[in-house]
Amino acid sequence: MTVSKVTGQRFTFVRPSALPGFGITLGFATTYLSLIVLLPLVVLVWRASALGLDGIWKVATTPRVMAALEVSFMTSALAALLNAFFGTLVAWVLVRYDFPGRRLLDAAVDLPFALPTAVAGIALAALYAPNGWIGALFAPWGIKIAFTPLGIFIALVFIGLPFVVRTVQPVLQDFEREVEEASATLGATRLQTVFRVVLPALVPALVTGVALAFARAVGEYGSVIFIAGNIPFVSEIAPLLIVTRLEEFDYAGASAIAVVMLTISFVALLIINSVQALSRRRYEGA
Amino acid sequence: MRKASQLGDVTDMTDTTFDFSGKPIAITAEGLAKSFLGVVAVNGIDLQVKPGELMALLGPSGSGKTTLLRLFAGLETPTAGRILFGDEDATHLPVRERRVGFMFQHYALFKHMSVAENVAYGLHVRPRRLRPSGAEIRKRAEDLLELVQLPGLGKRYPAQLSGGQRQRVALARALAVEPRVLLLDEPFGALDAQVRRDLRRWLRELHDRTGHTTLFVTHDQEEALELADRVAILNRGRLEQLGGADDILDHPATPFVAGFVGDAVRLSVSVEAGWISLGRGKVPAPFQFPAGPAELFIRPYDLTLAHSTGHGTFTGKVVGTRRVGSARRAELILEDGLPSVEVTLPLEHAVLKGEELHLNLLTMRLFPAR
Repeated sequence: MTVSKVTGQRFTFVRPSALPGFGITLGFATTYLSLIVLLPLVVLVWRASALGLDGIWKVATTPRVMAALEVSFMTSALAALLNAFFGTLVAWVLVRYDFPGRRLLDAAVDLPFALPTAVAGIALAALYAPNGWIGALFAPWGIKIAFTPLGIFIALVFIGLPFVVRTVQPVLQDFEREVEEASATLGATRLQTVFRVVLPALVPALVTGVALAFARAVGEYGSVIFIAGNIPFVSEIAPLLIVTRLEEFDYAGASAIAVVMLTISFVALLIINSVQALSRRRYEGA
Repeated sequence: MRKASQLGDVTDMTDTTFDFSGKPIAITAEGLAKSFLGVVAVNGIDLQVKPGELMALLGPSGSGKTTLLRLFAGLETPTAGRILFGDEDATHLPVRERRVGFMFQHYALFKHMSVAENVAYGLHVRPRRLRPSGAEIRKRAEDLLELVQLPGLGKRYPAQLSGGQRQRVALARALAVEPRVLLLDEPFGALDAQVRRDLRRWLRELHDRTGHTTLFVTHDQEEALELADRVAILNRGRLEQLGGADDILDHPATPFVAGFVGDAVRLSVSVEAGWISLGRGKVPAPFQFPAGPAELFIRPYDLTLAHSTGHGTFTGKVVGTRRVGSARRAELILEDGLPSVEVTLPLEHAVLKGEELHLNLLTMRLFPAR
């Protein structure tokens, strides 16, 4: 082999490691991922390909689909951002303070995970409808929450919260008290310590949490359709449009919308991940 | 630029333009006490670190030394007593207004900031009217990194540094705020032996140059005695003794100090009519020492060989020998039932197991038994 003559060692795909089992675990992981994740996606693309790139483009650019995509991605992004703020706040309170009922509150954070989304949707719709408890407060001001994009936004905030809390919480838990004390001895005020020292350390975890909340929100169906009102061009989300197409037996059209959603989501997650890789590099000192 | 990561450079001091003007001040604890939920950590301590002094707080774990240091820094609030910085009552001064340079045992560097940002942090967080300009802050950070022998490493992140380098970054960061006193918690605790020795000498030189009033906590007695001007020995929240290395080693104030510092062996003996019975012999007790049970502390270098039995000598049976550096140590049993003591012997003096040696006691550390 020419390679071995030049470098004196054979090219190997895997560098020797003290941890055995690379071959078998990688093999298992790729097989598993292929079966569970990649295969369905391939079928999806294959279904959509019946239309051709042209056809997909045509479906995706119809005004109604465009409007639905915009509603889906905009509300998801805004909901994820709001969760970034409130999720961090909830995590902060749960980690930093000891108060009666803390464990109960801690457990309650997971409820949006556990609740069937349709149940959540019905409950939210009841609350925020113009005659509901909260909706009634806003109705006199002419503000409608349920059956508008605002309602979608609230449903997505609800289902996304645990993602942010649960990713930020452990990092905050492990944050060394001494680092904050160091900041104080150096003359920083409490606010400066929080904003310059604590929050920056949470950024990588926060980005992960926001990405998860966003991804989940984009795909959310159950809770949204009950509160959204599903008015075309106003409060109709893309997943609903897909379901509608399926009910009309327009499998190719449904797949086409799905492929577009998939592509946008994938690009968005890729961007978030690379932002995160950049910020993480500092900590690990690569 | 010199490579600062080499250990050889650590002790080599170069001149920098950094100015440490500002007169060092004394820090004083008056009847200082602190308890945590009823557990007493610091139990009424009176202590003064003189201006420009380098003092060590030495004690076993749980003796309250770190708590005392944190009380001085304002990281804990005392349950009783006062803290003075110079003449100013600093007991209730908030941490951030105390202007102390505090170095944590594990350094507590800001991981997401570069080394230069870490050092400059204390200047960046100043109120606008007291904050130097950006260029000035950068210059100061560079100068400080030079002072701690880490020039040119400003762009690195803490994760990319060795333990010794991190320690020096932490010190530079503490010095950046022009502290009135330096408080160091186990400054060498997390480093290996070789780096420790080098940094110890380096810290002493840095202290002599910058002249800060410095208080550091350690559990390593060798470190405390070698580095500090005076050592405060703490036990169970109380100050047992305060003094220089000679005082503490030769004139321990309490049985605790006698037993804690140096490799002392504690023997329970009895004093009768001015004599201490010791094995098959008698040693004169100090003048007017009360009769009754007493505790005698013996270190290897307290004993010498006597050529024959006689006045003030006693004998011991050799049960083992070992080589310690340039000397030999023999382990002796004075009397069945008593713990063995050690004696330092010259190298050429070979001894055999079971041999009987005649000994004299050079110095006396005797306390009435409680």
